[in-house]
Amino acid sequence: MSFWEFANPRRFIALSDRLVPWVSGLAALLLAVGLIWGFFFTPDDFRQGSTVKIIYLHVPSAMMAINIWVMMLVASLIWLIRRHHVSALAARAAAGVGVVMTVMALFTGAVWGQPMWGTWWAWDPRLTSFLILFLFYLGYLALWAAIEDPDAAADLTSVLCLVGSVFAVLSRYAVNFWNQGLHQGATLSLDAEENISDVFWQPLVICIAGFVMLFLALVLVRTATEIRLRRIAALERRAAHA
Amino acid sequence: MKALFLRDLRLAIRAGGGFGLGLAFFLIVVVLVPFGVGPETEVLRRIAPGILWVAALLAALLTLDRIFALDWEDGSLALLATSPLPLEAVALVKAAAHWVTTGVPLAVAAPVLGILLSLDGSVAPVLLISLLIGTLGLSVIGTFGAALTVGLRRGGLLLSLLVLPLYVPTLIFGAEAVRRAGDGQPFGTPLLLLGGITLGACALLPFASAAVLRINLKASA
Amino acid sequence: MLEGVEFSVASGTALVLRGANGIGKTTLLRTLAGLQEPLAGRIEVPREDLIYASHADGVKAALSVEENLAFWAEVYGRPLDGAVFGTFDLEDLRGRLAGTLSAGQKRRLGLARLGVADRRIWLLDEPTVSLDRASVAAFEGVLRAHLAAGGSVIIATHIDLLGEAEVLELEPFRAAVMPETADEAFL
Repeated sequence: MSFWEFANPRRFIALSDRLVPWVSGLAALLLAVGLIWGFFFTPDDFRQGSTVKIIYLHVPSAMMAINIWVMMLVASLIWLIRRHHVSALAARAAAGVGVVMTVMALFTGAVWGQPMWGTWWAWDPRLTSFLILFLFYLGYLALWAAIEDPDAAADLTSVLCLVGSVFAVLSRYAVNFWNQGLHQGATLSLDAEENISDVFWQPLVICIAGFVMLFLALVLVRTATEIRLRRIAALERRAAHA
Repeated sequence: MKALFLRDLRLAIRAGGGFGLGLAFFLIVVVLVPFGVGPETEVLRRIAPGILWVAALLAALLTLDRIFALDWEDGSLALLATSPLPLEAVALVKAAAHWVTTGVPLAVAAPVLGILLSLDGSVAPVLLISLLIGTLGLSVIGTFGAALTVGLRRGGLLLSLLVLPLYVPTLIFGAEAVRRAGDGQPFGTPLLLLGGITLGACALLPFASAAVLRINLKASA
Repeated sequence: MLEGVEFSVASGTALVLRGANGIGKTTLLRTLAGLQEPLAGRIEVPREDLIYASHADGVKAALSVEENLAFWAEVYGRPLDGAVFGTFDLEDLRGRLAGTLSAGQKRRLGLARLGVADRRIWLLDEPTVSLDRASVAAFEGVLRAHLAAGGSVIIATHIDLLGEAEVLELEPFRAAVMPETADEAFL
């Protein structure tokens, strides 16, 4: 049984119907454990106080905002190369989640930044890049919504996603060049000498896993919904033709 | 290719509208800024590079939808697509024609409008060159956006939404070069990066534009 | 939507496509011209020998008749042959802006593109719309001359044009059920 069999809409729906309860259950469990642990059972940071705890929402949502775009890029390439409808619809489904994650990262960042930096917003490279990413998500979704022919919409949005990815990376470097920022370095990275200490780290990883599961559950449900919408349209067309 | 370039220039000039409109818009935005921020020379001088760049960018945006819309409506685009000209060349040539009719006049007008914002005379050459290089990139990127939205009835607003994020790197490097020149700092790096983006866009984006045009032509039946 | 259509056109012959509105004549011609792909099947057309004339003329209102044709001549890499103005009865209109032409004159200008491009295979979609009787007869003459010179014509039309040509009635090929379209994957 190959992975590509799930490119068949029927199989995909069957799979997603089976998986969604488990994935969403897992997401709820992980998020509950990670957030409760993070909020109530970790010490306050010696410099940032309890404000630091917003990290459990901020870091996972920011990571997802970027990773979802990468996933859309992969799905778009699969659509353009192998013409699997499910792939294009999954990209659209993911974009809806991605834009919410981006807003969440921006919002939690502002809430965190206010007491720490004394300002809700600064034109820091990271913040600016997320704002630009948000605009890319908006354009992508708007293009999907504007085109009636579903296959043409899938084609055009996929090309936009490809071109947009290149320009998103360019913008990241341009923004770095334009302004060196306030934002602290990466919270989690494998090669950094100074990482966040273990007490904070463990619940954070659980939260990230919870966000991934939440994303997976949402994408499965949304993709299945898109497939069902297409199916209704196909049935209506057939009925009109008969 | 030369024929298409000349035809587009001729149409832009005869149909009027287009390129005069962009220039007038540029002028009006620049005139409005001092009313908004106040008449202090120092403030205006400091923000002049950014204002001129943003205003030129918006003025170039105004005429983007005309790149393909007319050829789409009267069927020329489908006929061009079946002609010996590759669509990639059509996209590049049309971007070049758009640049000559909007980007170049804007770049030439910018140093003059810079006087209104008390921009230093010594900065004018950098402003001119950065806009000449930058608006070519903007035209090529904008052509891609125009190709994406050509099949839509009310694509204008969507076109802006799609294209503006793609304009960010060009705007950053272009305005940065002028700002550095104004501060007496070396401006070679941002200017080179600006040129790099424009060259990269010219080399690669026509392929994306042509692919997108083919999709739109296919779906238009 | 059509299925099971099969035909070949030899050089020097014409094929007339007939069928009710919406049966798919335009789609068939667009597919032959390479603007669309067939959902299934095979097409063998020498693309570099084709020229396609759609419903729309692709005439630029702000250019003169001569400028319009000169543009297409250059696109097809040909010198503009002055005889074409006579052939399509545009001699007196050469310097006029195309925007001031009547619908029939515009159509003749659109068709004159065929004359300047020098392609062997013509794909014509309702070429005689808005032409008067004399112009139709003249255009029929142009088609006969093209065929006599070894060219081929595939033409979708409702009127009696080229009486001697082979006719392909598309009605029998109307797809019985909705053919395998993209949406079929979702059923």
